[in-house]
Amino acid sequence: MHAVFRTVLERLGLGLATLFIVSIIIFSAIEMLPGDFGEAVLGQAATKETVAAFRRELGLDEPAYMRYAQWIGNVVQGDLGTSFSGRNASGIDRSRPVVDLIAPRLWNTLFLASMTAIIAVPIALALGITSALYRNSIYDRTVNTATLTTISFPEFFVAYILILLLASLWPVFPSLANVDAATPLAERMFKAALPAMTLTLVIVAHMMRMTRAAIINLLASPYIQMARLSGASQTEVIIKHALPNAWAPIATVITFNLAYLVVGVVVVEVVFVYPGVGQLMVDAVTSRDIPVVQGCALIFAMTYILLNLTADIIGIITNPRLLHPK
Amino acid sequence: MTQDPETYSALGEVGAFQERRTLWTRIKLDLKKSPMTARFGMSVILIYAIVAIFAPLLAPYGEAEVFPVPYAPWSSEFIFGTDQIGRDIFSRMIYGARNTVGIAVATTLLAFLIGGGLGLAAAINRSWLDQFLSRTVDVLMAIPSLIFALVLLSVFGSTVINLIIIIAVLDSTRVFRLTRAVAINVVVMDYVEAARLRGEGIGWIMRREILPNIMPPLVAEFGLRFCFVFLAIAALSFLGVGIQPPTADWGSMVRENASLIQFAQYDLKAGLTPLLPASAIALLTVAVNFVVDWFLHKTSGIRDE
Amino acid sequence: MTDKFVKQQQSLLMRGLIDRRQFMTSALAAGVAVPAALGLATQAFAATPKKGGMMRFGMGHGSTTDTLDPATYENAWSSIVGYTFSNHLTEVGPNGQLRPELAESYEASADAATWRFKIRSGVEFHNGKTLTPQDVVDSFNHHRGEDSTSAAKGLLTAVNEISIDGDTVVFALADGNADFPFIVSDYHFSIRPSNGDGTMDWGSGIGTGAFVIDSFEPGVAAKFTKFPNYWKEGAGHADSIEILSLIDVTARQNAAMNGDVDIIDRVDPKTVNLMERVPNLNVQENTGTLHYTFPMRLDVAPFDNYDLRMALKYAVKRQELVDKILLGHGALGNDHPISTANPYHNGDLPQREFDADKAAFHYKKSGHSGAIQLSAADAAFAGAVDAAQLIANSAAEAGINVEVVREPSDGYWSNVWNKKGWCACYWGGRPTEDWMFSAAYTNDTEWNDTAWKGTDSSARFNELVQAARKELDTSKRREQYYEAQALVNDDGGALVPMFANYISAVNKRIGQPEEMAANWDLDGAKAAERWWVEG
Repeated sequence: MHAVFRTVLERLGLGLATLFIVSIIIFSAIEMLPGDFGEAVLGQAATKETVAAFRRELGLDEPAYMRYAQWIGNVVQGDLGTSFSGRNASGIDRSRPVVDLIAPRLWNTLFLASMTAIIAVPIALALGITSALYRNSIYDRTVNTATLTTISFPEFFVAYILILLLASLWPVFPSLANVDAATPLAERMFKAALPAMTLTLVIVAHMMRMTRAAIINLLASPYIQMARLSGASQTEVIIKHALPNAWAPIATVITFNLAYLVVGVVVVEVVFVYPGVGQLMVDAVTSRDIPVVQGCALIFAMTYILLNLTADIIGIITNPRLLHPK
Repeated sequence: MTQDPETYSALGEVGAFQERRTLWTRIKLDLKKSPMTARFGMSVILIYAIVAIFAPLLAPYGEAEVFPVPYAPWSSEFIFGTDQIGRDIFSRMIYGARNTVGIAVATTLLAFLIGGGLGLAAAINRSWLDQFLSRTVDVLMAIPSLIFALVLLSVFGSTVINLIIIIAVLDSTRVFRLTRAVAINVVVMDYVEAARLRGEGIGWIMRREILPNIMPPLVAEFGLRFCFVFLAIAALSFLGVGIQPPTADWGSMVRENASLIQFAQYDLKAGLTPLLPASAIALLTVAVNFVVDWFLHKTSGIRDE
Repeated sequence: MTDKFVKQQQSLLMRGLIDRRQFMTSALAAGVAVPAALGLATQAFAATPKKGGMMRFGMGHGSTTDTLDPATYENAWSSIVGYTFSNHLTEVGPNGQLRPELAESYEASADAATWRFKIRSGVEFHNGKTLTPQDVVDSFNHHRGEDSTSAAKGLLTAVNEISIDGDTVVFALADGNADFPFIVSDYHFSIRPSNGDGTMDWGSGIGTGAFVIDSFEPGVAAKFTKFPNYWKEGAGHADSIEILSLIDVTARQNAAMNGDVDIIDRVDPKTVNLMERVPNLNVQENTGTLHYTFPMRLDVAPFDNYDLRMALKYAVKRQELVDKILLGHGALGNDHPISTANPYHNGDLPQREFDADKAAFHYKKSGHSGAIQLSAADAAFAGAVDAAQLIANSAAEAGINVEVVREPSDGYWSNVWNKKGWCACYWGGRPTEDWMFSAAYTNDTEWNDTAWKGTDSSARFNELVQAARKELDTSKRREQYYEAQALVNDDGGALVPMFANYISAVNKRIGQPEEMAANWDLDGAKAAERWWVEG
């Protein structure tokens, strides 16, 4: 098992470095955007003096590298800082800590992502394996065409169509997914049904096609030919011989899509009014609320790194040659 | 080591047989053997290409030409009616082919050029260059690409060129990873080593030895990437950046008329309007991927039946 | 005409002066179809508020940066939330007349420069505290002072001193202002409890309103339950209220059609006709003071040039905009913000129309060349980007090159509006001329989005507005306001091509009073306490 252990340590170390660089890139990108929080919040209504007062209060008058150093210093101590919004030039500070802002929304995002994953991953695997099994049949072509069609529709459009079908014509699910912390689990799942279905339609095609391709790719290899010659049935060949060796690429594409479910669903959040992190980050970017943007970026990057690591570990565990190196 | 043309070469002998068929006859042979789906895919792509190239000749009206009647019904004058401010939807569909497909092709090609080239270089080099590129790509991939694109477009301005470059660079990270992953397995093969010992240049090895052997997964990826570019543009236009009006692109056309779909139960034709550009995207995606599937099947070496 | 007649018949039916059959006959005679007439009869009988139930609003505004601080209110989501949980000194009643709210009564000195508001006694805050004049004073001081960044600061610049005289709050103005009681009904001047140190407690979200805030999540929703000790009679009928922020117009309309919310604002004019066919909804139009503008900022070149502004004003086809963007649900604008619903609308001013020759003449005179950028996003109003393209199209006919820049919808109000030289914007108009002008056109307001300052005409305009403010003679006042409108129309930076109807959709399970206020959308933004749930 030491190979796995070493990979984990190595990757976590690299992950920290990645987080550090991501935070620098995001920070500079926001700095490059025209306007700062003071201007964004006060609008043109602001006089020169009030903007200056705002900047003094938020420390925006200090040079950028100083502010970054301060921020990273606090982060290392586990403090993500407080949001700019709610701080008021009139003196009373009612801003919320970044952690308090992100935590409930992150929980919502993770909830939707896991709900989608529970639906989408088995469907994608089943479709991928069966279409590899019956490749070039009518079934294969139908599955391919159907999934390709669903991914070529923009997400918001898939959402609108689902709303039309399942909320307007046959009212089964609500068209709004406005959950909050107090929403009980069953109701939460009911409300998140349409967003989860939209995301399922969006990601199934990619995972299904890669599963199919990975399996078909292996079917040409000598050991599969061998198994076939020894009289194993088509199903047996795929399930027993091809699939175990196809896990690594399949895991990669699955984790890639899971990462997408966490970081990339802002459009679905807008359509269903689902309070997730994506919307928060977009709002924070437009209001130049740097602490919140940075907090979101760190969480997104962390998700990506951890999921990637998981994929690699699956790759190692399912490959004896990597698991027991010479 | 130099090759002496006078000496016997296996390549020369095998090559002599192949040369007898011209490229054209070989393509014709392949096409004859191609399955229905691939033929369908190729005809769709051909039609799209013709429409895109000759858009100004084919479109009955101008891209931004405004007529007095908004939401005109389908008629012989306006085949698919007019849009919300009275532009001919049919003409905008045709111009949309040029703009959308043009941008998607340019972006995808650029992404593969950057990602594929660097991925190959990293796979061959396997030292500091590989480390540097891989870590850079890790960082870029760890940033949510839609939001990053949004920020970059706000910083650099939402022009078509910027749109192509930004989406291509962000997309190339995925291509880089794939290329590097498959190329690493090929680089260690004996024939590559042999070519290296022969003293072939790195460019030659990349083109002649490695690239042909890693093509299939790259082509498969191309089919999907191509489609994701449409979606990225549509998503950006949903968030309010993306292609500037009055340029017609299918993603924005879906966006502009999307609200009509909810009324399909009350007015079917109005509900169908946003489906037109959406289907145009879907049809092209399906067509491209059918051709890709055929190519994969041909190169996979599986002999079914 | 028909509408008025039917309304009148409806009220007769209500008062029992005619019976149901008579009502039906007259309604049918007026051209109303049978089922609709039946509906009208039910509606008239239904106008007795019922208690209980939940009322849900879907508003086309809101951002995660919204706060409970009334000084920062800038959108319809914030203002309706404010009206739901807090009160003001005065309010605009359903008939458009001003009436006292937290003030029991108010009176002015002879020169209209001193206003005395007698504070209602026995009014309770949600935390049990009783309303005192000190709360009122601190609530107003929140927007004053040199450091104040309040959006409503401009409305109070004339206030010299606010003092307490027993149970009365006295506002001493630098100059007379006949409309002052109207101004204190503005949604910014929400009355909150004092902190006891001269500041106002806005963060806790405690008010005196009909509903208590349960949860306040900016950019998502605010939820309320009924306040049992609400002082106002016959207001606040529902048990609970939810006000959701549904920015995406398709999502908002879907939510209303599917019954996930009961009331939505800002229905897209291009789908109104289809919306009317949805059986469970009433689509309501409200002709008011809402207008769509394209402000040109005089502090940004080339809009500092009079001829260039004039050229662009002549290069707009206003009727086409009304037809295509509002689909007829609105009226022509004449490059000033005063609507026919305001008392002193200048009808003598000739309607400005598209004129390619005049536009080209002024354009040439301005000496400008090259593209002029027009920023727009659908956050400004539904169809703003399309409207901008139509302007670019008609300007091209006059040889003017307008380049439409589509801006991101998020953050449009903080990053584009009031910043970029020329952009799309909307104004929910104000009930009085003085208020409209001092909200967006006088030189002391922070919302002067045309930056119309420093020209001779603007100086004259500011004089006129100040003079008219304390003028009690209506005919003189009319003259002053007429001239002010002509000045904005001529020299101002505002391009006002159209007045839009407020279009909202209300589920049939919601009961509404017969008469509704028109100063804001949704019964003057007070629907939460004035409407009720039928069943």
